Amino acid sequence: MTLFSPRLAARLDALVEKYPLRRSALVPMLLYAQDEIGYISDAVVAEVAQRIGITELDVRNVATYYSMLRFKPAGKYNVQVCTNISCMLRGGYEIYERFKEELGIGHKGVTPDGLFSLEEVECIGVCCWAPAIQVNYDFHDELKPDLVPGIIDGYRGKAVAEAPHA
Amino acid sequence: MPRLVSHPDEVKIVTRRFGMGAADIERYIELGGYASAKRCLQQGADWIINEMKASNLRGRGGAGFPAGMKWSFVPKQSAKPKYVLVNGDESEPGTCKDHLIFLHDPHAVIEGTIIAGLAIGAKVGFIYLRGEYRYLLEIMEKAVADAYARGFLGKNIFGSDTEFQVITQTGAGAYEVGEESALMESLEGKRGVPRIKPPFPAVVGLYGGPTVINNAETIATVPHVIEMGAAAYAAVGSERNGGTRLFGISGHVERPGVYELPMGYNLKKMIYEVAGGIRGGRKLKAVVPGGSSTPVLLPEEIDIGMDFDQVGKAGSMLGSGGVVVIDDQTCIVEFALRTISFYQHESCGWCIPCREGTDWIKKSLTRFHAGFGEAKDIDNIQYLAENMMGRTFCPLGDAAAMPTLGFVKKFRKEFEDHLNGKPCPFAKHVDLAVV
Amino acid sequence: MADVTFIVDGKKLTAPAGTLLIDACRKAGIEIPAFCYYPGLSLQAACRMCVVRQEKVGKLQTACTTTVAEGQVFITESAEIAQARKATIELLLGNHPLDCPVCDAGGECELQDMTFKYGAGESLYTEAKQHREEQQWSPAVYYDRPRCILCYRCTRMCGEGMDVWALGVQNRGVRSVIAPNGGGQAGQSNSELDCEQCGMCIDVCPVGALTSGSYRYKTRPWEMNHVSTVCTHCADGCKVTLGVRQVNDGSEIVRADNRDKSGINGDFLCAKGRFGFDFVDSPERLTKPLVRNEAGDLEPATWEHALRVAATKLKEVRENKGGAAIGVIGSNQTTNEENYLLQKFARTVLNTNNIDHERTADYAAFASALAGHPGKAASLREAATAPAILLIGGNPTEEHPLLAWNLRTNVRLNRARLYIANSGEIKLERQATAVQHLSDDGYPALGAYLDLSNSAFSKAVLAEASLLVIFGQEYRGAQVASLVEWGLKRASVRFAYLGDYANSRGAADMGLLPNLLPGYVPVAEPGAFDAEYVGLSATAGKTQPEMFDAAAKGELGALLVMGANPVAKLGIDLIALNNTFVIVQDIFLTETAALADVVLPAASLYEKTGTVTNTYGDVQLTRKAADRAGVKPDFEILVRLAEAMDADVKRLVPFGKACTTADLGQSRGANSGEADRHSVWLAANSLEWKMSPFDPLAVLDEIERLVPGYALDRTNLFGGNDVATEPGFVPVSALAGPDLVVPAHDGLFTSGTLGRYSPALKALAQYQAAEVVETAVE
Repeated sequence: MTLFSPRLAARLDALVEKYPLRRSALVPMLLYAQDEIGYISDAVVAEVAQRIGITELDVRNVATYYSMLRFKPAGKYNVQVCTNISCMLRGGYEIYERFKEELGIGHKGVTPDGLFSLEEVECIGVCCWAPAIQVNYDFHDELKPDLVPGIIDGYRGKAVAEAPHA
Repeated sequence: MPRLVSHPDEVKIVTRRFGMGAADIERYIELGGYASAKRCLQQGADWIINEMKASNLRGRGGAGFPAGMKWSFVPKQSAKPKYVLVNGDESEPGTCKDHLIFLHDPHAVIEGTIIAGLAIGAKVGFIYLRGEYRYLLEIMEKAVADAYARGFLGKNIFGSDTEFQVITQTGAGAYEVGEESALMESLEGKRGVPRIKPPFPAVVGLYGGPTVINNAETIATVPHVIEMGAAAYAAVGSERNGGTRLFGISGHVERPGVYELPMGYNLKKMIYEVAGGIRGGRKLKAVVPGGSSTPVLLPEEIDIGMDFDQVGKAGSMLGSGGVVVIDDQTCIVEFALRTISFYQHESCGWCIPCREGTDWIKKSLTRFHAGFGEAKDIDNIQYLAENMMGRTFCPLGDAAAMPTLGFVKKFRKEFEDHLNGKPCPFAKHVDLAVV
Repeated sequence: MADVTFIVDGKKLTAPAGTLLIDACRKAGIEIPAFCYYPGLSLQAACRMCVVRQEKVGKLQTACTTTVAEGQVFITESAEIAQARKATIELLLGNHPLDCPVCDAGGECELQDMTFKYGAGESLYTEAKQHREEQQWSPAVYYDRPRCILCYRCTRMCGEGMDVWALGVQNRGVRSVIAPNGGGQAGQSNSELDCEQCGMCIDVCPVGALTSGSYRYKTRPWEMNHVSTVCTHCADGCKVTLGVRQVNDGSEIVRADNRDKSGINGDFLCAKGRFGFDFVDSPERLTKPLVRNEAGDLEPATWEHALRVAATKLKEVRENKGGAAIGVIGSNQTTNEENYLLQKFARTVLNTNNIDHERTADYAAFASALAGHPGKAASLREAATAPAILLIGGNPTEEHPLLAWNLRTNVRLNRARLYIANSGEIKLERQATAVQHLSDDGYPALGAYLDLSNSAFSKAVLAEASLLVIFGQEYRGAQVASLVEWGLKRASVRFAYLGDYANSRGAADMGLLPNLLPGYVPVAEPGAFDAEYVGLSATAGKTQPEMFDAAAKGELGALLVMGANPVAKLGIDLIALNNTFVIVQDIFLTETAALADVVLPAASLYEKTGTVTNTYGDVQLTRKAADRAGVKPDFEILVRLAEAMDADVKRLVPFGKACTTADLGQSRGANSGEADRHSVWLAANSLEWKMSPFDPLAVLDEIERLVPGYALDRTNLFGGNDVATEPGFVPVSALAGPDLVVPAHDGLFTSGTLGRYSPALKALAQYQAAEVVETAVE
């Protein structure tokens, strides 16, 4: 029994064999599991513990250390706005403000339709093309506040396109 | 997609193949790729280490430790397997050079890893990328698969008897994992808390085996050093600082970007000529020369060569080469707050001075910047930072304390102005510090 | 490693190269403060309190990670160092609540002491402290997060020390928190602790972050007297410090811990030792003698009346039917002195050899097997130092927690090799070098298997130059002999045999056996006892089951039971005792006591002085800690019973002018009424105030003189240390039936009849049972 899709389960099966020690698969496994399930649920903790062969406490000890791992569901598109120094100097906070306005949510908020969540994050390594954000794993750089609605619309459209036909 | 920039003063060594499609293995080979690894395979470990020593290539992660010397510390004989570990956990605010290397030249990282492996006698190399760099991880993973397919990696690399495997790894959000022993902990599936040193990684590292850990830029530079020869590479840079550096210039400049310039290149020139000067014709207020942890320099302090020694002499550090330029419309108190907020967020929490010190500085600065400061706060913040310096378990405490001390000491007047109710140019951001 | 010389604060010190500076300094009397450093646990370098200045080194160095080398120069106290330490404390106090006046650790807090020493008295911060609600993790453990200074002693003690790994560190930075392993949401602080409930985490906590369910908010440390004594539960015999406070009807125990760590158990104490003391305050405690009235009910009586009724009946049976019609059953939890006195009373006053106890191991067989082989019996301490151990049978983690701790510690710190042969799976296999699983009846053949099989396990065991052989109750009678014989072929071997209760070994050593006198001297060949014991019969008496058979046949006129519950343990038919006059001395109205004609309320082991012998033969002194109005130690009850029977008390217990060596003054409880009772008796009998027959140590001289193996090192014994006994047993001619040995298999939260009266142990047992069910459901 697994929580995961056959594809992810197969990937995780291979992942533990990739390293000299199984445990090295822990951090990637948590991240890949979150990518599919949406967050690190108790069930994810239990399955990961069993796959690696460590205690659930041990999984939690590690999982809670890494800031990309979350323990509550986020939106389908998690908007992460960098406000660290390079972005801040070039208007990162204005971008963040605009997302707050457009989405009507604040830090770690989720829109009622579950489509978007918003997070103010630390440096994401795009300093020379600031200000920048990440939506899930996609980067958007050299932003201006006025570009924000377009980005949101783009993901809305993507969600519609990906939605199963009623 | 990050924009590539260019300037005539650039000496393109590491960035030579940027924008040329070198992520494709065929193209990479066409552009001379993997020739250095093959040559090293023939020349052997001692030759490689000598070349690296002669090149004066110093660690690009921030500490600037000579790479050749680091490799030479690894014992020749070891009961446990030896490892090469490439640190691509690029997380220092102001730094985005490795981002470009992974994007444009992933095979250079692989080739450098192979050479490092040959130098120390390792059979396995790990390339660790920060979790946020997922698309770069995918590029790296494809490059690794292609290298395996071509027989450049595996049991018999380049048809030789030598084995070398490369394993990619992702982080999941932790600046501290950039510290080399914390990186090993993370790679072993643990919390990213640094290890007690000694023993150093060269003796007891990953999985207990001798390990060489290098920054991704350092590793990506290695094939070029071999290709052009150590002497030629060393000649590019300044004294004891071989070659070039990928300087990421961000903040209030006209043309921010990653520029490859010789070590020792003048900082003032870098800002005013290479990056086109201060945006909108404003005046320069301060420069953070090497990523957020390096102490701030005043405009009158920037007429210096950008190498490890000269920046050190100026009272700061070359660090990760991330030059953050601050104009005169910027509130230094807020800048200091945003900086300490980062370190407070990223402190692993292991030791008391860092865990508590970053938090109390952040709390004090938050209140101070919000207009509720007291006179004693300025001294208090300085006292806290001074008592973190040199007292923490790992360098993160210093990384948090150093810039704080710089801001308070060099811009004390601006702090005092806050007490006197002078308007803060960034007042609207007051409530926005990362929780 | 070779010794090196280095200089600390101007003093020349010498230590083996590679010694940690903090250890070298502490050994030399130079105290270096530390929160995270804890001897025997892994290094952390997290608290930064132990910073020192090393000559020619830029930064201050942590003494806990600096190893000493020739010629180094250190400074451990200076203005610079004091400032560094002060700053660290200031940072801690930023969030640490200053609720010291109501904190359990107030007065016993390392942070408080350090603050006092380094003078971080001024608060630097304007911001409010972070408040978090306290959490109850289990009936035993509470966590107060704001008080936690994250020294990680608890997580290491639980993981490295206990091999339980129930505590972790979660989150990061200033949000870091200690988290238990059960019953919570991922990413949030868990709320339940699923573990052995040993409470070691509470013990090592330097502040009041981890507090004990049984002690918290009960008292202030300085209101307690601290009495070191021996745990009353299992046969390992941990030293336990009882925190005692005056109350109206005596003094009560409010805490048990391992305060001075000077005992045989070092750092260790288990749940039973730490929490299982509360039976002494049970409302079910007997505090008045009971005598069965004409209506057939037990009713309260005065001591004089109860003793008179009991004595009259005992005398009557002895006169009319002879001593053979009287049975005596002793205890696994009374002292050596009481056990010695009981058998002497039986044999010289009641004129019977019908004396037995509930045997949990075949110590007689062990003594017989070792007879003539001096120096082969191992102390419990050796389990912590022996380079190689062969553990056969038993389950130390559950039944001998201290032995398990010693074995784990020895493997972890000394890389000892542990070989396990067992018919089941036991947790210590995790520490084992090699494991050999046996069939249930495979134990007797183990020696032959090791010699002949040529298996990897056998080869590894046989390759050991010296071996500590620890074996369980699976071995009895001739099997013990053959195992010991196998071991004695080796050049260097020592043995330990695992029994069940605090003084099971002492009960056997002191001759609570129908065929053996103290020291396993056969009644048929009494030797020195012949001269001292008037009227000693050379015929073996009845065993416990034989006594009940005789009772059922109406042949047992009287039965005296001291601190035992054979009716429940042996499942005795209630009508079996209809024709027997039963006298029971006990703490509670057990199934046996409920059938008695006279019930005499006894003091528990925590309420009296004496010695006990653990299953390894280590003798320790128990000290009177608590006091309970109405009860009497079994020793005193026996003396009074003898006196009421007109026996010559001075023959039974040597006391008075000529016998001044036994009582060295240490035997008196800290705040007991014991001394008063001595004077009452002395006054009543017009004797000098030297010693009374109620002083149990009055028989210690006699024990030392008569009992082979009990030549005790008194200085150490009275100094509170464990003293090994050198068996030197005489050969046993007639062994008692090995089938009389009934292992109790008490686990971490049970302790025979006694455990049933401990609310704390019952709560822990219930809680852990629920945790197990929960885990199974998951």
